[in-house]
Amino acid sequence: MAHDTGPKRGPSRRGILTGAGGVAALPLVAAAQPAAHPPAPGARPRMDITLTVNGRDHRVALDPRTTLLDALREHLDMTGSKKGCDHGQCGACTVHIDGRRVLACLTLAATVQGRKVTTIEGLARDGVLHPMQAAFIEHDAFQCGYCTPGQIMSAVACVQEGHANTDEKTREYMSGNLCRCAAYPKIVAAIRDAATKMARA
Amino acid sequence: MRPFHYEHAADRAQALSLAAASADTHYLAGGTTLVDLMKLDVMRPATVVDINALARDHSEIALDGDHLRLGALARMSDVAEHPAVRRDFPLIAQSLDLAASPQIRNMASLGGNVLQRTRCPYFRDTHWAACNKRKPGSGCAAMEGVNRKLAVLGVSDHCIANYPGDFATVLAALGATVDVEGAGGRRVIAFEDLHRLPGDTPHVETTLKPGELITGFSVPAGSWTRRSLYLKIRDRQSFEFALASAAVALDLEGGNVRTARIGLGGVAAKPWRSHEAEAALQGHRLDEASARAAADAAFAGATAHGQNAFRIELGKRTLVRALIQTAKLET
Repeated sequence: MAHDTGPKRGPSRRGILTGAGGVAALPLVAAAQPAAHPPAPGARPRMDITLTVNGRDHRVALDPRTTLLDALREHLDMTGSKKGCDHGQCGACTVHIDGRRVLACLTLAATVQGRKVTTIEGLARDGVLHPMQAAFIEHDAFQCGYCTPGQIMSAVACVQEGHANTDEKTREYMSGNLCRCAAYPKIVAAIRDAATKMARA
Repeated sequence: MRPFHYEHAADRAQALSLAAASADTHYLAGGTTLVDLMKLDVMRPATVVDINALARDHSEIALDGDHLRLGALARMSDVAEHPAVRRDFPLIAQSLDLAASPQIRNMASLGGNVLQRTRCPYFRDTHWAACNKRKPGSGCAAMEGVNRKLAVLGVSDHCIANYPGDFATVLAALGATVDVEGAGGRRVIAFEDLHRLPGDTPHVETTLKPGELITGFSVPAGSWTRRSLYLKIRDRQSFEFALASAAVALDLEGGNVRTARIGLGGVAAKPWRSHEAEAALQGHRLDEASARAAADAAFAGATAHGQNAFRIELGKRTLVRALIQTAKLET
């Protein structure tokens, strides 16, 4: 499997989806906007906040309604964290805040100021994959891959918490991350492997 | 999601004054209930006051003499992992470990956890016109609808929504108290009095006054708290709400029950302590027959609405099993 971390060539899939690559995708974007509601009297539409993500500060002007997940994906162009259910039931949006795994979809971005956010984009060091990322590839621990960033972020925390010392415990403490492809046996195998390597590191 | 004013409170005093400044204000801690229900358009606060900074002063987890003190901003996972909680109040640790997912337990505060709203599908889905809890006077679509997971204890003709939480069931059973502060000052209320039965006002769920803030909980230790268990029965093994649960703490003397503390979860309209089951066991030898008699007493007032009828028997069996298992614990 290729791991191209270099600059992207040609139009990206995301560029096309956001309309930069063609007008045909525009209706999709319009449908994804939040339902229009009249603004509350005197509501401030934007607030200036600073998000610290993967060691870098980002200053953004956000509607107070913006979740951390939408801030990452729509404002910082960090689309590694995925939107599955958007209601805290699937775990695809799992990130770390101050080293603890949480759900970015139920976290308002405004509440994260002054705290350290780590996303899947921040796991690799100097172009070298985190042992958990490498283990997921090694063990083929995904099919479609959509839940994978959340699985990996959750798995890293699971090991750090000391909740991955048996397969049974791993399954229990990974229950917040659903995989519709049911790659669970290989996810458990990857975590078992990575836990050993993380302990050695 | 509808627009709202976001306010950040640096401390308790500021939180209280921000809440007093405008009607229809909600405090925001972990957000696992509020943000979810705002997205669903079920909760529509005009102002949201972020109280996470209050964790500095209100996240203690400490044994204070014969009481366990828990700050309202302590996170579920931190309380579940705390050695003193695991040793002296096993059922508290278990009720938290068995709830939600690791990510949600890292986010959710204890105060928010006990105030979580029902999972009744007609409450959560605004497409349904009839929900007395969401829209007073509109009726209850659940009575003749999909009510398999809804309440059989404490229900009314206006609402059969169940209280879904685990931890609050334990607090009710153990006779905990709640520290509350508002514009009118501080007060302490019995945990059993925090939540209200639905009656004809199911939209009024607690006895908290507008703007009042839960700052902490106090749980009395007793000769029964170490011999304790939280048993949760559910559709899937993890990350699922209870179909029925039982919080049991026992003080036994030669196999006889000196003191029993019993809570029932998943099956009731509010965090439920069964004084009936406790009384039925008092002074009796704990065995299958007395446990069954206690369970019958606990559910004597149960009301079913079709699909959820099986949960009366399931609730009884859950309590019987929890009692027998608790009696066998080494302490």
